[in-house]
Amino acid sequence: MIMPLLKGLGITLSHLFKKPVTLQYPDEMPEVAPRFRGLHALNISHDKAKCVACYLCPTVCPAKCIKVEAGEDENHNKYAAEYEIDMLRCIFCGYCVEACPVDAVRMTQTFELANYKRADFVFTKDRLLEKK
Amino acid sequence: MDTLILGLPVAYYIAMIAKVLVAFVFVLLTVAYATYAERKIIGHMQVRLGPMRTGWHGLLQPIADGLKLFFKEEIIPAQSSKFAFLVAPLVALIPAFISFAVIPFGETITIGGYQIPLQIAAVYDPAGDRVLDVNVGVLYILGMASLGVYGIVLAGWSSNSKYSLLGGLRSSAQMVSYELAAGLAIVSVFMLSESLSLQKIVADQAGFAWYAFKQPVAFIVFFICSLAEINRTPFDLPEAETELVSGFCTEYSSMKYAMFFMAEYANMVTVCAVTTTLFLGGWHGPAFLPGWIWFIIKVYFLIFVCMWIRATYPRYRYDQLMRLGWKFFLPLTLLNVVATGIVVTLLK
Repeated sequence: MIMPLLKGLGITLSHLFKKPVTLQYPDEMPEVAPRFRGLHALNISHDKAKCVACYLCPTVCPAKCIKVEAGEDENHNKYAAEYEIDMLRCIFCGYCVEACPVDAVRMTQTFELANYKRADFVFTKDRLLEKK
Repeated sequence: MDTLILGLPVAYYIAMIAKVLVAFVFVLLTVAYATYAERKIIGHMQVRLGPMRTGWHGLLQPIADGLKLFFKEEIIPAQSSKFAFLVAPLVALIPAFISFAVIPFGETITIGGYQIPLQIAAVYDPAGDRVLDVNVGVLYILGMASLGVYGIVLAGWSSNSKYSLLGGLRSSAQMVSYELAAGLAIVSVFMLSESLSLQKIVADQAGFAWYAFKQPVAFIVFFICSLAEINRTPFDLPEAETELVSGFCTEYSSMKYAMFFMAEYANMVTVCAVTTTLFLGGWHGPAFLPGWIWFIIKVYFLIFVCMWIRATYPRYRYDQLMRLGWKFFLPLTLLNVVATGIVVTLLK
């Protein structure tokens, strides 16, 4: 009866000298997994978004959070005149990335998505374009 | 300086006030930083960091906590018994602190020709070259320890809340049953010391003749029973937050809650100081450090052990607690008293 009690004390004492696993969050950022599904980004090629407004991503989206408006550019090519993702509805499933035939949308490692206004959670095309 | 007040020189009163102030402030600081140490030690034992944000490594945390509690809203339940509700925190806190009056925390020091014993309720008698202290110091401590129960019982009863009442009832039953075993453990100490004066008990333990070595059973039983008496884990049933919200102090807020919190930690410091005095040789230690430093080291080590125990063991169930107290510790201490009696008689 006494030995298990002493063993328990020994275990807690040995843990006292271990390195804590705590991450001092705002000071130290966590290393997220390489395939982490965070905030979306629209890929760019030749200074333009790669998106061709094929509507596959809003179709596949289970949360119905993607809104795309097609437009026609000077070369008579289809492009996304408007591309919005409502982050309050998005469930970060990544189906839009999988569905995209032209590799125009991807998910970044950004996970700090808090904001002050509901309107700020709707990410427009400008905000989604990958940063140069 | 030679004027006498009630037959004692003025210097006696000055020394007394100085001792009270120093000891009280020191105990108060220890209580404040015991809360910090507890969070840090338990945090590290759980491979966490504990408080880190307030000051360097969270060192200002007790001050921040105190300020926060001070500015919190004072809530007195409408159906409570007001007077008892207001008095209960004081009844819990004061006995926790005044036990320190009889604990010798250092050797007799000499300041300006006056011999000052480092014990609050003590005076140096130049005629007999000895220290006169309260000759029933141990009884006084036991008395104060049992007074502390009333604060918790009053709090539980006056709050008019079922959780508080259950907490108060539990604590009264628990404290009363563990007081017996703790008292009997002390009996075997003063069978050896043949005195209830703490000065004498400490003097008997000079040169590593600690009672912890002569009475190991009494030492361990006394320490465990003390933990039970001051409601620390694994015996913190009165507060058992998982089943009783927070027991007797459920309805308390602001400074009154802070007083219960302080009482709990002050009790822990007191119990560690009493254990040091009775079993670990008090302020005696190798001569390269002054006595009061040895006393502080021993007390802080015991406080660390309290926290260590808290980080290790889960809470006892109510029936297990009662069984441990009545069916295990009480017979064990009784046997210990009998065995001590036989050995003492045979050695004479």
